[in-house]
Amino acid sequence: MYKSSILKSKIFRGLQIFCVFLTLTAFLSPAFGQDKPTQEVEKGVEKKFEPSEVILEHIADSHYFHLGGEASFPLPVILYTNKGLEVFSSSQLEHGHTDYAGKYYTYRLVNDKVNVVGPANSLTESASVFKGSPVVDLSITRNVVSMFMSIIVLLIIFIAVASAYKKREGKAPKGLQSFMEPIIIFVRDDIARPNIGYKYQRFMPLLLTVFFFIWINNLIGLVPFFPGGSNLTGNIAVTLVLSVITLLMVNLNGNKHYWKHIFIPADVPVWIWPLWWVIELVGIISRPFALMIRLFANITAGHIIVLSLISLIFVFKSLYIAPVSVAFVVFMDVLELLVAALQAFIFTLLTALFIGTAIEEAHH
Amino acid sequence: MNPLVTPEIGLIFWTTVSFAVLFFLLAKFAWKPIMSAIDERERSIEDSLLKAEAAKEEMSRLTSENEALLKQARAERDVILHEAKKVKDQIISEAKEAAHTEGARMIELARVEINNQKAIAMADVKNQVASLSLEIAEKVLKQQLADQNKQDELVSQLLKEVKL
Amino acid sequence: MIGSIAALGAGLSVIGAGIGIGQIGGKAVEGIARQPEAAAKIQTAMIIAAALVEGAALFGVVVSFLGLK
Repeated sequence: MYKSSILKSKIFRGLQIFCVFLTLTAFLSPAFGQDKPTQEVEKGVEKKFEPSEVILEHIADSHYFHLGGEASFPLPVILYTNKGLEVFSSSQLEHGHTDYAGKYYTYRLVNDKVNVVGPANSLTESASVFKGSPVVDLSITRNVVSMFMSIIVLLIIFIAVASAYKKREGKAPKGLQSFMEPIIIFVRDDIARPNIGYKYQRFMPLLLTVFFFIWINNLIGLVPFFPGGSNLTGNIAVTLVLSVITLLMVNLNGNKHYWKHIFIPADVPVWIWPLWWVIELVGIISRPFALMIRLFANITAGHIIVLSLISLIFVFKSLYIAPVSVAFVVFMDVLELLVAALQAFIFTLLTALFIGTAIEEAHH
Repeated sequence: MNPLVTPEIGLIFWTTVSFAVLFFLLAKFAWKPIMSAIDERERSIEDSLLKAEAAKEEMSRLTSENEALLKQARAERDVILHEAKKVKDQIISEAKEAAHTEGARMIELARVEINNQKAIAMADVKNQVASLSLEIAEKVLKQQLADQNKQDELVSQLLKEVKL
Repeated sequence: MIGSIAALGAGLSVIGAGIGIGQIGGKAVEGIARQPEAAAKIQTAMIIAAALVEGAALFGVVVSFLGLK
């Protein structure tokens, strides 16, 4: 009885704090939301709130780093054109309001993408993986900045941890070291060793790097303001690179047994072999492809849900929806915290699993 | 094509570069020392455990050895005590026997001496009695044989008594 | 219009995955209840299977993304 009453009082206090928080946000957000339309009314351009537009803008990459509201700071634009390299600040493009005449071409931002303005105002998009163009956009975008920050954080953390290991050789871990060690041992004992087997040691650096890279970027993505706010692991280009690394690791390390199973399958009639090869090729490609899609879709979906819930406030333009929406957002954020770790785990686990099947010794 | 599912070349490029750099730096400066330190520590812990186990075994071995030694010592002590007791008993019995035989011998000697003395005394007594009786007889005879008649009568009587 | 159809497609793909992951989770819990000592192994297998099922659903969602815009 005594214990449960304490528990209840704790929950009650938690609820109280939460309610205060909700009311505060409820007062803040609609005020913020209502300001904008009035300003726009004054300008005479009453714009309807389009949630899908806003959401897509938030989860897509950008040439500006938004700080909140209208404030953002410009990022360098680096263009690799067929005539040479162009480097200038994205402030020159003013969110697409002005064109910038570079050394070789004139550029304009359309939907936050660099386009080349040709004669007679014709636009040519910068190159994508599907379409060539004289200009390749290698800008330091928001996601790139966020990735650099995550890399610096990772380097600081783990080099500090490594130096702690050197300093306290053979002693029990302490501080940050004792927080990281169980995770590292988890990667080793629950991901690498059971799936790869006794040769796991060679793949530990890769698995650890992938695990912590994905995890920390998932977490940074959850932070809604400055250091975060990007959607790095929910960007298909990033997950593409990660899954290509997995693809290469698996197939470059594939042993004789692995390739023999693909090209000279036992117990399969020779006339089926071509079909078998096609199926195996699809298998080789589809596994990392699924990895790519899984991480991308999970993280993006999380961001979309959170942003949709926030958008509800602006869609309904109501003060009363705010607490509900914030409550759901908090719930989703907690869930996303779990998903952040889970997706990093699954990506690493499946990478280890694929490597394990590729280097498995023949056992008949 | 939806921009969401179109990978951007710039981001692909930067991700590849940064991931490669991150992987290289972490592998060289973080994972290598961390993994080797963890492995080293685990090995040392395992070693220590093994050593502790061995020490425990050694300890129990020593204890059992001690116990065995104690047991042996106890057994030896018992044997020694037993032997001592036997020796004591033997000595006592030997002493008793010796005393016995000595006593018997002395008694025997005493008896022999007594017998000798007795024989000597007897012989002496016999001699004295003989000489005394001879004296008496002589005196009696001297007295009686003073008379001739009586001599004849005695002779005749003696002759009568002698039967041939 | 295309957006709505895409949303419908995403929803449909989620149904299958929902059933699949429900099955996996239910069976895993049953398995753990029957053999609590094998909980860790069952969990790993469950997560892998759930990831595969979810992968299928995500393909559907992504394809509906392709239709969007």
